Amino acid sequence: MTRISRRSLLKTGAAASVLAATGMPLMAAPKSGGRLRAGLSGANTSDSWDGRTHSDLFMIASAQGTVFDSLTEVGPDGSLRGELAESWEASADAKIWTFNLRKGVKFHNGKDFGADDVIESLNMHVAEGAKSAAKPIVSAISEMKKITDHQVQFTLEAGNADFPYLMSDYHILMYPAGMIEEAIAKGIGTGLYAVQAFEPGVRMVAKRVDDHYKGDSAGFFDEVEYIAINDSTARMNALLTGQVDAINRIDFKTEALLKANPNTRVQEVTGNQHYTFPMLSKTAPFNDVNVRRALKYGLNRQEMVDKILLGHGQVGNDTPIGPANQYYAGDMEQLSYDPDKAKFYMKEAGLTSLDIDLSASNAAFEGAVDAAQLYQASAKGAGININVVQEPADGYWSNVWLKKPWCACYWSGRATEDWMFSTAYEAGAPWNDSQWDDARFQELLISARAELDSGKRREQYREMQEILRTDGSVIVPMFANYVQALSNKVATPDTVGNLWQMDNARMAERWWMA
Amino acid sequence: MASILKIIAQRLALGALTMFVVSVVIFTAVNLLPGDFAQAILGQGATPEAVDAIRRDLGLDQPPITRYLDWLAGALQGDLGNSFAQANFAAFVGSDAGSGLSSVAGQIAPRFENTIFLAGVTALFAVPVSLTLGILAALYRNSIFDRATNILTLSSISSPEFFLAYILILFLAVMNPILPSLSNIYEGMGFGERFTKTLLPALTLTLVVTAHMMRMTRAAIINLLASPYIEMAQLKGISPLRIIVKHALPNALAPIINVVALNLAYLITGVVVVEVVFVYPGIGQLFVDSVKIRDIPVVQACCLIFAGAYILLNLTADVLSILSNPRLRHPK
Repeated sequence: MTRISRRSLLKTGAAASVLAATGMPLMAAPKSGGRLRAGLSGANTSDSWDGRTHSDLFMIASAQGTVFDSLTEVGPDGSLRGELAESWEASADAKIWTFNLRKGVKFHNGKDFGADDVIESLNMHVAEGAKSAAKPIVSAISEMKKITDHQVQFTLEAGNADFPYLMSDYHILMYPAGMIEEAIAKGIGTGLYAVQAFEPGVRMVAKRVDDHYKGDSAGFFDEVEYIAINDSTARMNALLTGQVDAINRIDFKTEALLKANPNTRVQEVTGNQHYTFPMLSKTAPFNDVNVRRALKYGLNRQEMVDKILLGHGQVGNDTPIGPANQYYAGDMEQLSYDPDKAKFYMKEAGLTSLDIDLSASNAAFEGAVDAAQLYQASAKGAGININVVQEPADGYWSNVWLKKPWCACYWSGRATEDWMFSTAYEAGAPWNDSQWDDARFQELLISARAELDSGKRREQYREMQEILRTDGSVIVPMFANYVQALSNKVATPDTVGNLWQMDNARMAERWWMA
Repeated sequence: MASILKIIAQRLALGALTMFVVSVVIFTAVNLLPGDFAQAILGQGATPEAVDAIRRDLGLDQPPITRYLDWLAGALQGDLGNSFAQANFAAFVGSDAGSGLSSVAGQIAPRFENTIFLAGVTALFAVPVSLTLGILAALYRNSIFDRATNILTLSSISSPEFFLAYILILFLAVMNPILPSLSNIYEGMGFGERFTKTLLPALTLTLVVTAHMMRMTRAAIINLLASPYIEMAQLKGISPLRIIVKHALPNALAPIINVVALNLAYLITGVVVVEVVFVYPGIGQLFVDSVKIRDIPVVQACCLIFAGAYILLNLTADVLSILSNPRLRHPK
């Protein structure tokens, strides 16, 4: 039950140094050995070791979390650190990036890792006909140059201060040059564990590599086994009967059972995963900022967190930037349910009552229809009559999202502010689901992108979050926690990553047998 | 003998005709499913261009008749086509990447083997148990034993499979950890371990199929017990057990074989829920996963296999009941 925000992290960081000074042990030191068995959802019979296709936990945990490495890595505390890259530096306009690669790294088949591997692994994403999810990231690189065997230089089309962050994306894995097809077929990476067995949609077994470059600082298990269990009840049974040591995504309704069992514990973190109700801001009545403001105050966010997420989440403030983001403005004034304010803005808009349709389906997120009905009930108090339109789950993303003036939607969030904004809030972006086009916002977005001074960026991103909070066209009622359960046989560090489920999918690397 | 061969040939031809009709039904039904593969796999990222590109890649833009004929022609040559999901991903590397999974047949074969193993283990328990129970129930009919067996088997067949599965998990895995609740068998697993892991799903299925077989055995035998030749045997003073086993059972075999075959077919086609509950990597789970992502070739192939299993086992039942009945063997 550790809820980690950047602020509480700073606090624990401070506490840690005090404890260290007094010589008290902070936690049991990790010890090596044992076999981690995890029951994970998100597995498919179509899974493969091709990073370009990865989209759900099972393969992300198997590939980036176990068998493969990326250039950079987001640590459990949200800070960026090198994985296969040792260090990097940028030109003043953040356009040219030079990465120094780690020396003495070997692939599981014995091949040495170097600059050629980086270039070829990145080029996979922009190859002819490739349908990579990381294509927008890699296609922003106009030139890749090998300087020495262990130094690569990237020239970007436009300055991007987040470039090293983007290199930690789970699609961008490092494969051995010249044998990428073989590496995809067999799973040959530089990760802490080498593949022993892999049956798509069934299981993955990997064994700790001797003499790994990460040494004794990570990868404490002798062996890890990931078992594909897509059914949430079966996953919970497997944990309760001791067949597995950890499971992801627990069913909130059965949480009490897990808590009652003395051998298991529930772990949850608030990340960037959020549920939204985007309004098309160029369509009436949402083109009127006062209508949008009335809707922001006509919603009881806390009730939604309590009833839809059963408390496993945090209220949203109408920005997509969450606690796992670097420049999250968590101290902004929180929007809350206020029928009087909503009525006031209705009057400003020249309306006494408003009838609008809200399209929802559980394809958007689990409980979306219920959430829409809660919204309907709370908005009534402000004279807003929401008509909940239940849409079919099939084809929801093609026929409803981006098309209906107001609907339910979800985002898993992005590691960086710029990535999130440029995906869904930049003018003209294909997934800009609120037709958001605000001159000041757009200006800030462009200037913050190439800003290397972290203090200035923080101010810019804060202003952007404030714009979205007061005038924005997306209602973000809540951030949903990542909730997972563990057997007491497994120990984890105090700080667990909140960018993805299961310690950023890196449990094989960071956890150990107690 | 010649007449039997003729009967078998007739039945086989009828079976082939049924298969053809079934293939039309499957194809139509699967294509009537709402939503399509491109939209399912792209999810939130389903832009019209991306959907069109994938549909074109997979030939989904062709008219249904053309697609049906292509599929039928392939299926007749044992080529069930390529899994959509795999075809889509093979396109990333330009080739199959050596996983051998892109063909539907390659994907189904290991799963089907697992399902057959589960069906085999279940049959190993279910058939002897239900026959014995049926015979005993006929022998002690209307006794407490008969009633108890009836109530037990009927209530287990009336409960949904997943409910039985969870009850068994509760008693045999959670409260008394005797058997594993997770049946994640894999290739290269030792037979002993494989067998242990298969036990819980097999027990669940046993509970589901026992009632039908046991009741049929009981009914068939009781039916015969009223015949004059049994009365004769009784008058001769032969013991009731001997009458049933030696005189009644052989004549009751035909209906019993029929119901056993039907239930064996059920073990192959009806395992979907049980496999999902126990995470058993059989064809049922593959079927569910494929429906979820609208992987039409795999769904069609699974349906075809289910239909084939039913037809084949029914055929076997027919032939066996003819062989077990002299009157049918020598038609006058």
